[in-house]
Amino acid sequence: MKIMVAVKRVVDYAVKIRVKPDKSGVETQNVKMSMNPFCEIALEEALKIKEAGLAKEVVAVTMGPANCVDTLRTGLAMGADRGIHVEAASELVPLTVAKLLKRLVEVENPGLLILGKQAIDDDCNQTGQMIAGLLGWPQGTFASKVVLDKEKQMATVDREVDGGLETLCLDLPAVITTDLRLNQPRYATLPNIMKAKSKPIKKYTPQELNVEIKSDLEVVQVTEPPKRKAGVILSSVDELIDKLKSEAHVI
Amino acid sequence: MASRLLLKNLSKRHLLCSAFASRSASTLVLAEHEGGSIKAQSLSAVVAANSISQDNSVSMLLAGSGSSLQQAAKRAATCHPSVSQVLVADSDKFEYPLAEPWAKLVQLVQQKGGYTHVIATSGSFGKNILPRAAALLDVSPVTDVVEINGAHQFVRPIYAGNALCTVRYTGSSPCMLTVRSTSFPVPPISANAKSDGAPISQVDLSTLDEDSIGKSRYIKLSSEDTERPDLGSARIVVTGGRALKSAENFKMIEKLAEKLGAAVGATRAAVDAGFVPNELQVGQTGKIVAPELYMAFGVSGAIQHLAGMKDSKVIVAVNKDADAPIFQVADYGLVGDLFEVIPELLEKLPEKK
Repeated sequence: MKIMVAVKRVVDYAVKIRVKPDKSGVETQNVKMSMNPFCEIALEEALKIKEAGLAKEVVAVTMGPANCVDTLRTGLAMGADRGIHVEAASELVPLTVAKLLKRLVEVENPGLLILGKQAIDDDCNQTGQMIAGLLGWPQGTFASKVVLDKEKQMATVDREVDGGLETLCLDLPAVITTDLRLNQPRYATLPNIMKAKSKPIKKYTPQELNVEIKSDLEVVQVTEPPKRKAGVILSSVDELIDKLKSEAHVI
Repeated sequence: MASRLLLKNLSKRHLLCSAFASRSASTLVLAEHEGGSIKAQSLSAVVAANSISQDNSVSMLLAGSGSSLQQAAKRAATCHPSVSQVLVADSDKFEYPLAEPWAKLVQLVQQKGGYTHVIATSGSFGKNILPRAAALLDVSPVTDVVEINGAHQFVRPIYAGNALCTVRYTGSSPCMLTVRSTSFPVPPISANAKSDGAPISQVDLSTLDEDSIGKSRYIKLSSEDTERPDLGSARIVVTGGRALKSAENFKMIEKLAEKLGAAVGATRAAVDAGFVPNELQVGQTGKIVAPELYMAFGVSGAIQHLAGMKDSKVIVAVNKDADAPIFQVADYGLVGDLFEVIPELLEKLPEKK
């Protein structure tokens, strides 16, 4: 079985972002970029499944301008066998990403498609669900545990939901989106980083994949959220209880 | 330079347009029910529908099977004065809210009803189902909306809530949204606000597309049985971080929550360490809460945690480290050892009314 993993290049999770003064977006020039943490978890899961002998090949896919290839190389360094880069100049909305992924799935025929549950830049949490809908595949979103049964061609997925942990059984092929506790992604070791340089990356354009890049969403502006008023440091529990009662009126 | 000017003019025009956009709308709300009642957060979707347009007919869609579904439908009919119709999809396929049959159901109901908007609350149900349905209907959804500026303009948080993005939907109907229930609170509704109740009709499922249904099966839900208020809607939340050091120590947080009649929350670190189950996690990828009072004990205040609670009315932080980032958002801070502060609070707090 082949596993396809979609990975995204985003502003590193530890960076304190700044909104551009012209409100057109967030400052990304000269800012540290990394693979989206949820995508790292997705790739790690695919690699574990391959190492358990349940899959033959892991293919990493990314979409965007040329600098996205950095993220793909990281994925190859972690252990993916091949990379695919869909080159697109503009920001792609999740629906377009899902349509492009669908075409790639039709070419590559993976038995499992794993994505991060959300990208930490736009926090959309949509792409996995959309591609599953377009393919007519079952979906296991917000996965915290995945157990594959190769014989029965099924995946048992534990999902983190509002009420606790939900367990579903999905027929393969399926789409899984990863949540934080699914696994701990490995670091790419230096020898693997060197090896990754010779692993193949295939390039596509949306035109070659017959997908029109249209968008039904327009960014009007990006602003800072309202700032909270500065608080006070108190000196005792008595003072705290008093403030909560007489000043804040919450108890 | 030119593009910046263009963007400024475009946004001015769009903001003007949305002020005049009060054409009539028809909204389909995807609602959740349990034990014969409508879940409180589903009502936030109805409140959000009211912000879309003054002239908006709201239909509530319920799915499930058996008597608890029909009972929920009766409750839905009178749950909010804005609900003008209740649609019920009764079938074994909907015994559990799986995404695959639900997305097909939304597609079917939308094709028959031609709604201008489809809304669900941004909880695990809405987040799981709505984007899949949007893909089937070939539209881009707008998820996790915190503000509605007219029929097609919405504000949503990005970068863990460190920035707000105003987007305009320019596609064809339906405009599909998930909304944060904390941003659309439900006002108390008087008992006789709607005496008659909305008409209830059964959805004709004979033409429901079977493809992809049956490929997923619900096995079980593991959850903590608790008397405490629901974390997402509690008036007071008491949260513990990794500094609690053990699941045993975390019981102190639970005792304090008990005393205050509060819900218990936790940071990612506390859940990862196994002190508490995942459904207590507050943060960018956990629950978003906005209670009257949020008390954080031994919580450093990482960006991702703040994303889940910084809209709380009053924030209290207790931490040994005076430089912990949590103090930057706290209204009242106490630099001290939580193992001393919590017992003192337990002793000195008044009993809850």
